[in-house]
Amino acid sequence: MKNLVVWSVQNVTINQKNLTASYITMAENTKKYWQGIEVLNEDPEFLKHRHDEFAEELPLEESFSENSAALKSNRRDFLKMFGFGISAAALAACRDTPVKKAIPYLVKPESITPGVANYFASTCSGCSSSCGILVKVRDGRPIKIEGNELTFNGEGTCATGQATVLSLYDNYRVEGPLKSGAKSSWSEVDNAIRAAIADAKANGGKVRVLSGSINSPSTLKAINTLVTTVSDGKHVQYDPVSFSGMLSANQAAFGKYALPTYRFDKAQVIAGINCDFLGTWISPAEHARQYAIGRKIDGDKKSMSKHYQVESLLSLTGSNADERATIRPGQEGAFVVALYNEVAKKAGSTVYASSEDPTPGKMAARMASDLWKNKGNSLVVCGSNHMETQMVVNAINVLLGNYGTTLSMGRVSYQKSGNDADMAQLLSDMKSGQVHTLIIYGANPVYDYPAGNEFKAALAKVKNSISLSDRLDETSAHVAWLCPDNHFLESWNDHQPIQGHYTLTQPTIPALFDTRQAIESFLTWSGQTTNAYEFVQTNWKSGILGEGNWNQALHDGVYESFGESSEPSMSGDIASAMSAAVGAGKSIGDVAVVLYEKIGIRDGRMANNPWLQEFPDPISKTSWDNYAALSNKFAEDNSLKQGDVIEVKSEGYSITLPVLIQPGQAYGTIAIAVGYGRGEGAGKTAASVGQNAYPFAKVAGNGVQYTVSGSLSKVEGSYELAQTQIHHYIEGRNIVKETTLAEWTANPKSGNPDVTLVTPDGAQKPHTITLWDNYDHTKGHHWGMVIDLNACTGCGSCVVACQAENNIAVVGKREVLVRREMHWIRIDRYYNFKDDGGNKVNKEKEIGKVQDFENVQVLFQPMLCQHCDNAPCETVCPVLATVHSAEGLNQQAYNRCIGTRYCANNCPYKVRRFNWFDYAGNEKFDYTMYNSLNRMVLNPDVTVRSRGVMEKCSFCVQKIQEGKLASKKEGKVLADGVIKTACQKVCPSNAIHFGDKNDPNSSVSKLLNNERNYQVLEEVKTLPNVSYLTKVRNIESSNA
Amino acid sequence: MIQESAVRPPLVLGDKTYSQMTEDIMKPLETKPNLLWFGAFSIAALVMTMGFALIGYLFVTGTGVWGLNKTVGWAWDITNFVFWVGIGHAGTLISAVLLLFRQKWRTSINRAAEAMTIFAVMCAGIFPVIHTGRPWLAFWMLPLPNVHGSLWVNFNSPLLWDVFAISTYLTVSLVFWYIGLIPDIATVRDRAEGLRKKIYGALAFGWNGSARTWARYEVVCLILAGLSTPLVLSVHTIVSFDFATSVIPGWHTTIFPPYFVAGAIFSGFAMVHTLMILTRSIFKLEEYVTMYHIELMNIVIIITGSVVGLAYGTEFFIAWYSGVEYEQYAFLNRAFGPFAWAYWTMITCNVITPQLFWFNSIRKSAVATFIISIFVNIGMWFERFVIIVTSLHRDYLPSSWAMYSPTFVEIGIFIGTFGLFFTLFLLFAKTLPVIALHEIKTVLKTSGEKYKQAAASRVEKGSAGESPVMPEISLARKPQQETEI
Repeated sequence: MKNLVVWSVQNVTINQKNLTASYITMAENTKKYWQGIEVLNEDPEFLKHRHDEFAEELPLEESFSENSAALKSNRRDFLKMFGFGISAAALAACRDTPVKKAIPYLVKPESITPGVANYFASTCSGCSSSCGILVKVRDGRPIKIEGNELTFNGEGTCATGQATVLSLYDNYRVEGPLKSGAKSSWSEVDNAIRAAIADAKANGGKVRVLSGSINSPSTLKAINTLVTTVSDGKHVQYDPVSFSGMLSANQAAFGKYALPTYRFDKAQVIAGINCDFLGTWISPAEHARQYAIGRKIDGDKKSMSKHYQVESLLSLTGSNADERATIRPGQEGAFVVALYNEVAKKAGSTVYASSEDPTPGKMAARMASDLWKNKGNSLVVCGSNHMETQMVVNAINVLLGNYGTTLSMGRVSYQKSGNDADMAQLLSDMKSGQVHTLIIYGANPVYDYPAGNEFKAALAKVKNSISLSDRLDETSAHVAWLCPDNHFLESWNDHQPIQGHYTLTQPTIPALFDTRQAIESFLTWSGQTTNAYEFVQTNWKSGILGEGNWNQALHDGVYESFGESSEPSMSGDIASAMSAAVGAGKSIGDVAVVLYEKIGIRDGRMANNPWLQEFPDPISKTSWDNYAALSNKFAEDNSLKQGDVIEVKSEGYSITLPVLIQPGQAYGTIAIAVGYGRGEGAGKTAASVGQNAYPFAKVAGNGVQYTVSGSLSKVEGSYELAQTQIHHYIEGRNIVKETTLAEWTANPKSGNPDVTLVTPDGAQKPHTITLWDNYDHTKGHHWGMVIDLNACTGCGSCVVACQAENNIAVVGKREVLVRREMHWIRIDRYYNFKDDGGNKVNKEKEIGKVQDFENVQVLFQPMLCQHCDNAPCETVCPVLATVHSAEGLNQQAYNRCIGTRYCANNCPYKVRRFNWFDYAGNEKFDYTMYNSLNRMVLNPDVTVRSRGVMEKCSFCVQKIQEGKLASKKEGKVLADGVIKTACQKVCPSNAIHFGDKNDPNSSVSKLLNNERNYQVLEEVKTLPNVSYLTKVRNIESSNA
Repeated sequence: MIQESAVRPPLVLGDKTYSQMTEDIMKPLETKPNLLWFGAFSIAALVMTMGFALIGYLFVTGTGVWGLNKTVGWAWDITNFVFWVGIGHAGTLISAVLLLFRQKWRTSINRAAEAMTIFAVMCAGIFPVIHTGRPWLAFWMLPLPNVHGSLWVNFNSPLLWDVFAISTYLTVSLVFWYIGLIPDIATVRDRAEGLRKKIYGALAFGWNGSARTWARYEVVCLILAGLSTPLVLSVHTIVSFDFATSVIPGWHTTIFPPYFVAGAIFSGFAMVHTLMILTRSIFKLEEYVTMYHIELMNIVIIITGSVVGLAYGTEFFIAWYSGVEYEQYAFLNRAFGPFAWAYWTMITCNVITPQLFWFNSIRKSAVATFIISIFVNIGMWFERFVIIVTSLHRDYLPSSWAMYSPTFVEIGIFIGTFGLFFTLFLLFAKTLPVIALHEIKTVLKTSGEKYKQAAASRVEKGSAGESPVMPEISLARKPQQETEI
């Protein structure tokens, strides 16, 4: 185009030249041409004015004088002028829209098509579970984490895993190596550290690498390379939330310092003791997936697992249990022993120490009886970090013959490998000044080790302290050299979470900052020059892969190589373990502090992640804080209510925290989540949120203990906790339907009777009653969703996945406090209690009848836009900003919305979310959209909403469009399962089904005909396209 | 001339002549404003400025500066809107309906009541605009042709009906009020000099007082009254549709239209009281706005207040009778839930206090009336608050139940609208006759105190004039003599 313009200009120039030339030719011609008769006659009048510009005098004076008639404009002229003026001004005001140039690739990389996402198989490093993931990359930016179905965790991930991608774009990451906090260069730090290592080599001295649990063969090898270059080198691993006691128990019993792998799907009876295996324990996404398989009942599968839970806190796992009992914090060992004895009685084995069953309903006996009935297909898991207690648990599983079926020590898990004894030794070495060089990698002991302050003091005595942390956290702020590691999405790495199950990590973006991957750092300091890619690849090709193909492994993200294995036999002194297990509890007083991990924040390493801070705890529904959770009665006895502030004390450490009243929690328990109270260096989002509870934990020989005696005292003031749900009773409403397995077996429609309305023609189903002809939705697609309440554990992964997929704003604590969180999908959680007569109590006005708040039943219900075919929101919008699509979607046109909020008021499900502020442009909301680095996480397929518009679940319409187009391009009929919404895809328990209701073979269509299927508020006749399946509890009767 | 019954209290007190009336009513316009007026005006203007400043803050920052949340999407904004629209209704009722029914007592209050209507609707009109998230696009609620082809407004939405109802109401009220003002403006013009004469002259539209002008004037007034009359019923009916057509328990109620209209008239008369009792004492107009006027309006208040009370009861009965648990809970929650204080404030102010007007002494006391009118104003504001907030804050799914509390911005903007209202009213009272002079002159000779006394004495003496006794009295007492009309 530009060329063309140039050409035409040249043409014009040429023409002008030609014209000029012909004029000159004419001028040179001496012939005279007269222009008129006056010239010929040499008229005097003409001669007079010959040199004037105008032949006649122009009436200027007359025209511009005051009295001129011409200037006296009439009304018509005025209107003309007026019209011209206005249009001229308007035209002048119409500036060109600024041109933004999108420069296409000169040579397009083969794999990148703008607007089309690439997926790279990788491994999540949100925690040490090392779930296999697929990273969605749009235009070079990783924007979403999805589960890799080829790996052990399947397509699901947890909330924390979903949020890892946001941590990549964290402003508080350090942007290059630092020397004592000041900017440095890699060559400078490398020279200094190589010199330090050389010094240690020459002069002796302990070189220690301190890390969290590492299951990466390559990283372990790189660390090993470094520590073996010196005479006294060692790699020490510890976990902020320790499994050392359990690992030691397995070492003692089976000779392996490893965790067993679990198969909750194969267990007919599951007994959990203080074990949140669906929420935070070892590998929650994997466990939740397995658990759901056992819990689901569908067509042919008429049985489901039975889940008992005994615990002091109300965990996510406990809230899903069929039968649940509370024990006081010190009673864990006693209960485990009582359970052992009950099982031993059935087995005819020796009954060792006698221990009273501490549960209110003597649950051990019932539990044992069910476990024994299903021996070989049952499972006992315990969350204790007390070695002897875990030995007794091992013994129970051995008695039940579960090893080899529901759990295995033949094929172990490497997801936790910390050793508290090693860590304690390291600390004492550091204190005595024996540690020459300490390299801290992936760990933050000053913050999360119980003796963090001692560690901080001892760090000063270490000659060369080095940290590989990605930020100036509590520990790395005190080291000499900070050599930041890459984010895992920028790294090459590998993992072996489960024996023989190898996964790869590959970079999805070049390093954003001047950081270097840990493997390369370790290798550099050992004097090698290999880069991480070559190192990992060589390791795989020379060892792990065997006959396998590297490219295939990298494509799949996983390589499986495991032969047959046999279960090791158990050894050990069970009798003394039992007395130790019972004895351990006796030292714990009536009032105890119990530390736990919250789903989302977990151990606190990702505390600066706004998605996780805003993510409400699945049980307490509290975001942006930790708190002291107390049971109703315990709080009452101490004259405390929610919002009071207390000081919690235990052995020299105390913090002040707000009180949260938590039903289902044991009396005398003060439950505090770890992972909060991060320092300034952790980041703006993390700092000033909650208090650090790690120092309460007690460092003990075989494992850090998280239950300690404590006390509380009320202090002045009050504090508001930001809860996303403040009413906890379902008020007897038929919103979450439930039944029991026995009733369901007898009558599949139990708990789900038809909703009918009385009409002149008799009782009728609401959807059959209508005043007008309904839109015919039987043609084309008709999208629908079915949520199986029996599979849903309430974990909340979907909440964060939806937030990531749909660019949902994080609004901060103050806004959550005023009930303005933006999550498009939420998990409603309700409590049922029983009065003294055993009747169900779930109404606010009857709550006074409840004496025992520890005996609680929990209901979860994911709630999102129901995409009603008869949507109340659509009729009330004055500007048609929310309309129904031909495919049954309730669509929101942000551009058209003027924000009357009438739709939100008229929504019976209250799923519409309003942009109260400009969340993307207001600096008060500097969480995920305000600054340019954070914005890299935004999904380009989804609009960032402006201030003053309504938004809500779109059924991931961008994914629907993508799926439809992909099928269309391939010339295929859209197959069921091609389109998966973000919430559906992330759900570890596959509770969410999405598809075309008009396709009779889609999973949704089939589930719609399930007897358990129901619509929430069917009687309002909103005709929702989202429906639910009745929750089935595996209990005797609904009142039990 | 038809003479009125001597039993009926006079509508104009004292020994008034036409000229004296003109003097009395023109006095506030033709004298310099006193300190009281200036003080009131500055306070009102200041409060109005604060209100607009807060609206500016709201526009710049976002709706989040209010206390609303995901569950309670409307609160003070729409409460204030319905409150102000409701207040307007008395003006229309007095000027239109009472005109059609030939109620003479309306003549001394209709002008002020109509002005009140217009100012109240102006205050009301602020809220539908500012409550939107993007107020600069609020004009999208109008069915304007646009370049987007079929992009049109949603005629199913009651909010759109509101737009039409309110704009029609404002237009008709404004025209009616101004037409009614013209003869009086002409009076001001005739008495004024200089610039003042020019301005009032222009405003008087060349009124010449000829018989033909008067005849046309009467016809126009009657037509406009006819137009306004259905508006008295329709405007608040449509406003009530905002709630009645929804699916929210406590909103979805078929009783709303009559209930809202009664409530609107109820609150409107209370506001007329609040304003007129102040105006009559400040401008010394006790002889024109008499205790008899106040008493008549109090009777309207008792009736409409009782209708409103009956509606409250009916709602409860229907909630119970429907057997719908959500409906039942919504109403129990109103009376005994977290916002019970608002409900009982409403009941106290709207149902209990107006019943005090059954007592003669209270009904005939300006002070008591003034106090009760304030109660009714408060009660009617709370009625809308209760309907809107307590229905929303606990609807279907208990997980979403929430509380609501206003921020200083909401409170400030509401107070600001009072500033706007009183600023406009004070300007009105100072520049235009607050009593319809030409209309009240028409009742002087039938309902003026002196004329009535004279007529009464003539009756006593047995020398009755042309028409001794009002026919309707004889009708009531002696129906068999139904002959004269």
